[in-house]
Amino acid sequence: MTEPATSAPREDAGRGVQVRLDGLTRVFGSVKALDGLELTLAPGELVALLGPSGCGKTTALRILAGLDTATSGRVFVGGTDISGVAAHKRDMGMVFQAYSLFPHMTVRHNVEFGLKLRGIDGGKRRARAMQMLELVGLESQSDRYAHQLSGGQQQRVALARALAIEPSVLLLDEPLSALDAKVRAQLRDEIRRVQLEVGTTTLFVTHDQEEALALADRVGVMRAGRLEQIAPPEELYSKPRTEFVAEFVGLTNRLPAYVSGGAATVAGSRLPTLAGSVEEGRGTALVRPEQIHVRADTDGNAVVSASSFLGAISRLTVTTDDGAHLVSQIPRTSVQGVTAGDRVAVLIDPAPVLVIGA
Amino acid sequence: MRASGATKRQQNQRLTRWVTLAGVGVLFAIPIYSMFEYSIRITPQNKQTWDAWKAITQNEQLSGAIRVSLELAVLTVTGMLLLLLPTMIWIRLKVPWAKRLVEFLCLLPLTIPAIVLVVGLDNVMSWVRYLTTPGPLALTFPYIVLVLPYCYRALDAGLAAIDVNTLSEAARSLGASWTTVILRIIVPNMRSAILSAAFLAVALVLGEFTLASLFFYDNMQVVIVLIGLVNSSISVAVSLAALAFAFVLLFAMSFVGTRPKRREARS
Ligand SMILES: Nc1ncnc2c1ncn2[C@@H]1O[C@H](COP(=O)(O)OP(=O)(O)O)[C@@H](O)[C@H]1O
Ligand SMILES: [Mg+2]
Repeated sequence: MTEPATSAPREDAGRGVQVRLDGLTRVFGSVKALDGLELTLAPGELVALLGPSGCGKTTALRILAGLDTATSGRVFVGGTDISGVAAHKRDMGMVFQAYSLFPHMTVRHNVEFGLKLRGIDGGKRRARAMQMLELVGLESQSDRYAHQLSGGQQQRVALARALAIEPSVLLLDEPLSALDAKVRAQLRDEIRRVQLEVGTTTLFVTHDQEEALALADRVGVMRAGRLEQIAPPEELYSKPRTEFVAEFVGLTNRLPAYVSGGAATVAGSRLPTLAGSVEEGRGTALVRPEQIHVRADTDGNAVVSASSFLGAISRLTVTTDDGAHLVSQIPRTSVQGVTAGDRVAVLIDPAPVLVIGA
Repeated sequence: MRASGATKRQQNQRLTRWVTLAGVGVLFAIPIYSMFEYSIRITPQNKQTWDAWKAITQNEQLSGAIRVSLELAVLTVTGMLLLLLPTMIWIRLKVPWAKRLVEFLCLLPLTIPAIVLVVGLDNVMSWVRYLTTPGPLALTFPYIVLVLPYCYRALDAGLAAIDVNTLSEAARSLGASWTTVILRIIVPNMRSAILSAAFLAVALVLGEFTLASLFFYDNMQVVIVLIGLVNSSISVAVSLAALAFAFVLLFAMSFVGTRPKRREARS
């Protein structure tokens, strides 16, 4: 694998600090959980680390927090090497996948805990805790215990608790994965709002691509302990650099292609190719469902095999006469009246595609 | 149909529970009552007397032994907690692979007969006697070994009930040192487990006879037996008092152990 394509970090520096992971490697026995991870977060930026389970996301986060030690590599915060600093002296707020509120303390005492350890006096502590709880909309629950709260509420308190200490960096390790879909989407937006409000540099770890794309300034796709590509969400989606990224971020059609002169011929259309594609000859084009349009046409070369209604858009599965299955995702209005069994013509948007070796 | 079936089952369950409770209660009550009966009468003519109970406070050998046993109980509990708690927490957090080994070591005393233990401990005890002021409190060391299996189990259950890893990592990231993590986060959340471990240790120490007698120390049980040779009423009265003390302790613990404000979780 070559160097990951790195887009420029966000320019509008907030109140946060820069964070840099430099060649992090972590070996557990025979498992290489991290394999030379390089990552830089701009001040105030929210970066999501996205990758399948076991690719080393949690390990990276724990090393950044000081809860684990890298086999080699260093961690810089605001330009200072903090690799040797103990976890409790790092000033990092952390929200965990598992519920982590202290069961014997009320919500407010949980939020105050970090402030108490910093010797902040009672009145100020209380005011700050209430301010944080207000930020996550839970000021009315301040005297409750964790077991009296829902999962979503508990994670919001955990967020307030992490932010109360005004951390230099905020770390979130799949904080939404234990919640149900509706709460998840709601809390996701709330985390983004709060993060923008406080301006803390944030690293968010997830295996859910939708979450990463919706939330982050930049998304880093991880695979086997390395960063495969890091880019803003739209770029990552429209210009994946590798097959793994294309497959992991969003649905993808695999179509036979022939590349010549910097463009690929796919199902009769000529499409520009993305960097990292096959230079010349046969290959497989990775085409997004939105790029594939169908039109009712009795002379067309494909048959609709299934259609499903997803609100404003429709998803059609079509089978071409040469046996390829394609998924098309297009505005419902443009395919009104097309149902399974209908013959259609397939057109591909001339957006750039990644063509990999066949 | 379904509801009434469920109600019926509930009623049956409740009945079974009460019958069991009553049966066990009677089983325990009969010997205890007999002991009491025995302790308050000395003559075959059924003449009642509280002499035996009064003698408990007046017999100096006995009150001294009771004090020794209580001191031993306190020392054993303290030593056991200081030894076990940090070790068990540390193993859970840092060396999970060693858990089986430590568990095995802690349960080992259970399988070794007291007499074998004494033979083995004799060498150690002669060192303890040599290094410290010889006295019955030296029994603290073998007693800590003796209570390990029970206390290990109790503490392990308490640790298993909380997510030690996540809680301590959360506390660490908020700025807590390891001492703070243990004292302010983990210990308060396993209060009832610590209390039951402590209670088991106290009960064991107060009831211990074999080791003390084999090492020639006078603890409460040893003296009870000695007195029993002369005046069986007193020794029965003391045994009963010790039992009552243990019962009160258990009863108190069942209240301290439960959290005062426990309401149903909302979701
Ligand atoms: N404490 C550990 N001991 C041994 N192996 C570990 C440990 N922590 C993580 N690993 C291994 O390292 C790899 C990466 O784990 P992790 O960072 O938790 O992945 P992710 O969070 O992306 O799912 C996995 O193969 C996992 O089994
Ligand atoms: Mg993980």
